[in-house]
Parts: sequence; C-alpha cells; structure tokens
Amino acid sequence: MPVTRGFKGKRSNVDGTHDRIPPGQYLTKDFPVLTAGPTQRTQVHDWSLSLQRGGQVLALWSWEQFEALQQTERITDIHCVTKWTKFDTRWRGVTIDDLLKAAGLPAPPTPFVMAHCDGGYTTNLPVADLLGNQAMIATHYDNEPIPVTHGGPARLLVPHLYFWKSAKWVRRLEFIETNTPGFWESMGYHIHGDPWREQRYTGDA
Amino acid sequence: MPEAALFHGWQLATLAAIRDETPSVRTLAFSLPQWSGHVAGQHIDLRLTTDDGYQAERSYSIASPGGCIPLIEITVERIADGEVSPFLTEELSLGDTIELRGPVGGYFTWTADNPAPLMLIAGGSGIVPLMSMLRTRARSADRRPARLLYSSRNFDEIIYRGELEGLVATPDGFSVAHTLTRGAPANWNGETRRVDAEMLAKYAFPAREAPHNFICGPTSFVETVADRLVALGHQESAIKTERFGPTGETR
Repeated sequence: MPVTRGFKGKRSNVDGTHDRIPPGQYLTKDFPVLTAGPTQRTQVHDWSLSLQRGGQVLALWSWEQFEALQQTERITDIHCVTKWTKFDTRWRGVTIDDLLKAAGLPAPPTPFVMAHCDGGYTTNLPVADLLGNQAMIATHYDNEPIPVTHGGPARLLVPHLYFWKSAKWVRRLEFIETNTPGFWESMGYHIHGDPWREQRYTGDA
Repeated sequence: MPEAALFHGWQLATLAAIRDETPSVRTLAFSLPQWSGHVAGQHIDLRLTTDDGYQAERSYSIASPGGCIPLIEITVERIADGEVSPFLTEELSLGDTIELRGPVGGYFTWTADNPAPLMLIAGGSGIVPLMSMLRTRARSADRRPARLLYSSRNFDEIIYRGELEGLVATPDGFSVAHTLTRGAPANWNGETRRVDAEMLAKYAFPAREAPHNFICGPTSFVETVADRLVALGHQESAIKTERFGPTGETR
C-alpha cells in the first residue's frame, strides 16, 4: 500500500476498538443524517407495515398492532458507507423472525426482499441477511421514538450491512424471487454492502 | 440517469495545483492516470496511508465541471480537529501522491441537458458540488435559467466569491443571492440572516416553474431548507439533498 508522505492519522480505531471498525471507516460519537431528499414526516396513525408478495398482502399491522408484537432490544455498532462508524447504538423493535411468525409464515416465501419506504426509497436484501435475529423493524432509539430525521416512526435495522440498507421510514417488505437493485444499488452502490468486505460500490469484491 | 464511466479501483493521484479559496478552504487539483469523466454532483474517495499501514478514507465532492477534463478538483474545508482535512489543506504539497477512486454517486447529479430551471441552495462548503454544476452549465452552449442562494458565516468565508461574481457578470440567466449569518461588512447589500421561508419565496424559482432543487450543507441547514421547499409546494422528487456534519438535533 502506497504511504502518503507526511500523513500521521489520528487512529480512532486503536485502544482496543480495532476489531470493531471495518476497513476505511472512522469512529464518530455523533449520529450523522444522510438522506437523498426531504425528511418524511409520517404520523403513527397514518403508518402501517405490510409484508407483500406480488400484488398480495401477506400481513398488515397498524401502529398499535405493531407495538403489541414481541419487542426486542438490541445494542449494536452501525457503519455508514460515507465512512462513519458509531458504537453501541441502542434500538427496540420487532425482529424479522418475529414478524414472519406473527404473519403465520413458517418460512420466508422468496429468497429476497425489497424494502419500500415513504418518499419512494427502496433497498434490496437477501432474506438470509434478515433472519436469525440479524434484523428488525425498529421503532425506538435510546429508549425514545426514533427521531424523524433518523427514520421514525419505523426504520429497518440491518446493522451488519452498510447503513443505507437500514431503510428509514419503512412501510412495506416485498418478497421477491430475484435480487433486484434498490435505490442506491442502482446508482453505483454495492448490491450487498458488507462493511467488513468493504463492499461500498458496484464492482467491489 | 446520467452515467459516467466508473473507475472503481484505487489509483495514485498526483497533486498538480493548489488554490486557496478562503483562509480555511483550499482547492486541490489532481492529475490521474485514468479518468473518463464525471457528472456534476458526484464525489471521489481518498485513501491516506501512514508509514505503519494505518489507513483513513474520506469522500469529497468534485468541484471541477462535469465531463472529461485533465485535472480533478476538490475543495476542502479545514476542520480544526479533523483527521484528514488539516493534512490535505496544510501538508499535502505539489507533486505528492494520494490514493483516489471514483467518481461515485448517481442521484445528486446534474447535466446541462436537464431542461428544468436549476435552483442551488448551499450552506458553507456545501457549495462545492453545486459549483461543479455551475461550472458545467457555464461550459454548455444551451443554458437554462439557474439561481444560487448561498449562506456563509461571513464575507471572508464565501467560497468561490470572485468566480461567482464572474458567472453573474455573464448575462446568461444565472443569478446569485448571498446571505451572511454571522456579521456582514458595512457596505453589504445581501441578506444577513439564516435562510428562511421568506428568503426562499424571494430567491427560489416558484414551484409552478418545476425547478430542480439541489441543497447541500450542514444537516440542520438542509433540513430547514428542504422542509420549507416542500411547504412552498415543490415536489419531493425535485428536491435533492446532501447533508454533512453533526445532526444539530436535541433529544
């Protein structure tokens, strides 16, 4: 690797945290806001979450119904493709495993999912990345409702992938047969987005 | 969607020119082994490596005009306690090399064949990708109306001030409105407050003209401006945003 003459670096990734920061990332204590357009402001009484396949609704929850589902707390590191990593973020919501269970689906109907959000944002995910308690629909951050700028009332949380996969303002999970690029994935960003393999852009390994 | 050819691999860029824009902002122009052009609004990634193998990566918006040009420019604001920006603005010297890849990004982009009026709203160093759009426009033959509303802290921190004056002096349908939020010179005839609904009503294209709006700046600035454009009736799909810095949100 070519040394940059004179560069010393600040090394936020030492002091015992080295193995928690993926390549090319730096640690931040802040929680930056990255959104391609205006912030969505959906009221919980207008919100619902659905699971769909083709034109068929497999399950649909109102806010009250969703809040009555089995809730899971999770503390996890998150990694944004714009290079920041934040440690120990605290979320509460419903795991995708519990959602499928509540929907009466013994197995996921297809191998891939497209998440659809208010404002038209989409992102694609393999179901394998959503199960096994790896992912949830989160409604709370730090014991408070998620602020709208961070995706409230509900966002997808898939923290082992770059954070653009953790779609803000999520409303609908569409089960699909083939892995189809979502919003950023169709504009040069990686189809999968594993930060540990530094899968930032199309063409990365 | 405009697409430029992509070079995703890292390549070694050589610093070919330096230009100081303000006391804390410097433009760096790099020459590259391979570059087939970019679209205005895209960014590049830089990777810096210490002599013991530690690496830092950062993204910077491209400042130079879209298309294929010999040098790629970025404009960097020095953040006092930053890891990379003090090095780029104070240490990196002509002839030094640094790893670079890109261009990246396909949404916050503009090409000169876009028929909609172009509304650019910048806070501080958020001007950089918007300047790439203005430079692209200035090189095109058929220029649609364009406006820039630019918020800076004070007069000396206005990035590209002279070049913007030059663009306004060319009578081709482009205008600039400056606002200074932390004090203005005695003879200042621009605005002197944060961008608000009244200012947008005065300087932005009205929604009925269906402009394309690009907003870039600190998070709280972009949040405010985007919300007010929505309230003024602009389509959300015609409001493209790039936010940077802390959230400024109190919980």
